Amino acid sequence: MSTFLTFLITGLTTAAIYAVGASGLVLTYTTTGVFNFAHGAVGMFGAFLYWQLRFDWGWPAPIALAIVLLVMAPLFGVFLEVAIMRNLEGTSEAVRLVVSISLLAALVGAANWIWDPTQNRFTASFFEGKGFDFFGTRVTWHEAATVLIAIAVAIGLRFVLYNLRAGVAMRATVDDRPLAALNGARSDRSAMLAWAIGCSLAALSGILFLGTLALDAGTLSLLIVNAYAAAMIGRLRSLPMTFLGALIIGLAEAFWQIYRNDLSQHFHVFTSTYLDTFASAIAVIILFVVLWLLPNPRLRGHSRVREFFPTPSLRGSLVFVGIVIAGAAFISAWTTQSHQIDLANVFALGIIALSLVPLTGFAGQVSLASLSFAGIGAVTMAHLGGGGDPLGLLWAALICAGIGALVAIPALRLSGIYLALATAAFAVMLDRWIFNLPNFRVFGWFNVKLFEQGSVAVTRLKVFGLDTSSPRAQVVLGAVAFSLIALFVVALRRSRFGRRLLAMKDSEAACATLGMNLVGTKVAVFALSAAIAGVGGALYGGVQQSVNAQMFSFINGLPIFMLAVVGGIGAIGGAFFAGISLALLTTILPDVVPSLSHLLLITPGLIGISLGRNPSGAVSQIREGFAPMRQSKVALGFLAASLTAIVVLRSTNTIANWPTFFAALVVLVASVPIGEMFAHKAPAEVAEEPGAGAGAEIPLEWVGITRPFTDEDVRQMDAALGISEVEMYGAARS
Amino acid sequence: MTDAPVQDILLELRDIRAAYEQIEVLHGVNLSVPAASVVALLGPNGAGKSTTLRVIAGLHAPTSGTLVIAGRRVSGARADDLARAGMCLIPEGKGVFPNLTVRENLRMATYTGASLHHVEETAYARFPRLKERRKQTAGTLSGGEQQMLAMARGLAVDPALLLLDELSMGLAPIIVEELYEIVAQVARDGVAILVVEQFARTVLGVADYAAIMVGGRIVNVGAPSELEDELSAAYLGA
Repeated sequence: MSTFLTFLITGLTTAAIYAVGASGLVLTYTTTGVFNFAHGAVGMFGAFLYWQLRFDWGWPAPIALAIVLLVMAPLFGVFLEVAIMRNLEGTSEAVRLVVSISLLAALVGAANWIWDPTQNRFTASFFEGKGFDFFGTRVTWHEAATVLIAIAVAIGLRFVLYNLRAGVAMRATVDDRPLAALNGARSDRSAMLAWAIGCSLAALSGILFLGTLALDAGTLSLLIVNAYAAAMIGRLRSLPMTFLGALIIGLAEAFWQIYRNDLSQHFHVFTSTYLDTFASAIAVIILFVVLWLLPNPRLRGHSRVREFFPTPSLRGSLVFVGIVIAGAAFISAWTTQSHQIDLANVFALGIIALSLVPLTGFAGQVSLASLSFAGIGAVTMAHLGGGGDPLGLLWAALICAGIGALVAIPALRLSGIYLALATAAFAVMLDRWIFNLPNFRVFGWFNVKLFEQGSVAVTRLKVFGLDTSSPRAQVVLGAVAFSLIALFVVALRRSRFGRRLLAMKDSEAACATLGMNLVGTKVAVFALSAAIAGVGGALYGGVQQSVNAQMFSFINGLPIFMLAVVGGIGAIGGAFFAGISLALLTTILPDVVPSLSHLLLITPGLIGISLGRNPSGAVSQIREGFAPMRQSKVALGFLAASLTAIVVLRSTNTIANWPTFFAALVVLVASVPIGEMFAHKAPAEVAEEPGAGAGAEIPLEWVGITRPFTDEDVRQMDAALGISEVEMYGAARS
Repeated sequence: MTDAPVQDILLELRDIRAAYEQIEVLHGVNLSVPAASVVALLGPNGAGKSTTLRVIAGLHAPTSGTLVIAGRRVSGARADDLARAGMCLIPEGKGVFPNLTVRENLRMATYTGASLHHVEETAYARFPRLKERRKQTAGTLSGGEQQMLAMARGLAVDPALLLLDELSMGLAPIIVEELYEIVAQVARDGVAILVVEQFARTVLGVADYAAIMVGGRIVNVGAPSELEDELSAAYLGA
């Protein structure tokens, strides 16, 4: 009985903290429509600030609490609303996600910068660990206070939302934002208030974890995943249900600890070592199940978004991959082995980012699990690609495609933020539980080997007798593989299936009413994306030669998604951007300029946050910037001649690496004004729009806009959307 | 307005143009609404009537042109500022917050400066049925009751300018007549009212002036009786 009570109290305390965190999340989501992935990071930052004031500087607890909860956190919330969240109106779900994920990354980076993560920090629970006796069980005042605080938060939120005019206005803004403005309510002030309260609650939950948990930026930020599960039980709307959800999760975690021992005395299965790490995955499994059980949402109708990706032309794509392969071949010849590894990483990570282009860029399905699929691919390559067998790559693609299709099944009913959370839950479940399992057998015959609770070796590929085990060969292999997959993605975009994906992104409801098979299309694109990620992971494993579970964790996967969206998720250039910037930020720049390493911690975050202002991504901007160069034969000629000269100079060892780099940069930049100067001399080139495809052919999606529909267009549209021709018109006419 | 009325002009649109993205939908709209009168803005579906209202209310920024209210240029002002200055738009079909109770809906009107007590008193005096339902969420009210709540909230703050978008949509004819009686009475108290309707007959009974809008332009303005013939032409395209 006393064990029961002890764990009940632990469970209630945890539940109380989840509830406080989750209610802040629900509040900001409902009032502003932005699901704040950084909610936990804000809490983490609050906890660190509190530590600074209370323990490092020795201020009294009430003053430290007041400063963090009533001044700093609300001010930060207001800052977030004004500087970032306000700009997100009219952006797609992927962009909103990236902005808040970037904020998470930036906050974790900033915390690690300010507070050295290698240092141990003393924290203590409130009331100096004192407690009282409760039916023979000791309860600390800290635990009692935590539960009381959660109750107070519940009552306080209820009071604010239903009894204060500002709270009523917040709820009114949720119902109908323009109507609230027509009433004279300042909806931006409602949003500011919501963010202020939300951040304060986040900080409160972070501070309450002190004393029971180590002060670690990453751990504290991710604890919020558990709170997401609670918020999801409240369907991101109902605060009472959110509190109930927190209770379920807190108690489930606590009772698993005691009852597992009891159960294992009766059922052998519970003693299994496979369940050792299960406890940490309980919350995400609950999250996954809840998402499954959510009632079917209505199909999304047309959504107007600010981003736009033109159809890539075949010629442009061929030029792009040509430059990529040639660049990789030359640059890898001039660099040291360690930089060759960095370069090979660019392409492996680029392929993983490419997996997001059809899924998120074309089909609009957000997935935060691409690195997890890469992990599955790497493990497959390790175990089935012995001796560098290319069949390992094929197995990686097939196994990932199969698992991807399985994950797609709940995704069929989800979209937007719910889908992102489901894939996040899948990824966290893998990295907290499945990836840490020892080898196991399924149905007594099928052997599953994972990371074997440590790391496994991956042999580099042998393709058609060619050995790729040297680092330079890895670079070229990576560049070729990236290029092939990139061309495949381009072909996909131009194909009938690609147009189907785009149609689905624009309006699921319209696709369904046209008779398109949404289920098949979604499963197919999920499987395809997972397969690409798996191949990327297998090659990444080959570059690294040894892989472990940590490399493919959920949190490590976030920057790939983030940078791919920043680069421009609808284009292969965006994926390349992701690969290159990730390698630059994580390995290359810290090597070259060590003094920048702290700044680099927060750079990906800052880049991502800037996305709110340009939702089509950086690559589209760069592309536009270079348009005058691409449209002038003189500039292209100048560029080609100069680059050839530079390559010759470097190859004959006349100049060193850095001069080569800067010379190439100068030539590239100089080609733009040259292009502008000669632009008027090449009108024929200007007329040809890169998005317009070959000749006078208008892409299907522009028909009806650039010229009126014809019967032939309608037939083509039917074919493209996979609808068998309907004889409706014919019958009526004849 | 060509035949300028002698009363004070409360609302004036001068050559207003507005666009959604690249597509222009208002091609230079000129319109005046005098104080203490009802102006009906009529026209077929897609003529730009609702966009005109959205521009006046500050929900949609015009690309060019001038908007003058009570002698002051207000083009580009924000919706919440205009609301606080005495303008009230009751949008088409959804003038209430469905998840708020009737009382909370009325409370939202207090942002214009009126006290909750005053708002509730005037609203319940005009529509006694709302008092019985004051604790009910607005989404559970009948269509007519929702429209009453929207009107009650709008009128309780004593606006100088009232904009009504498709007041009669989805309502029983008897309720429409009831609502328009109230509109006429409010106008007699000195409020300038601009009513947008597709279905014209009922509103012509209370309107002092009517304007016909087709294809993003005002094509005709005059007394309701003068416009009967043009009206059918505008709808039938004859």
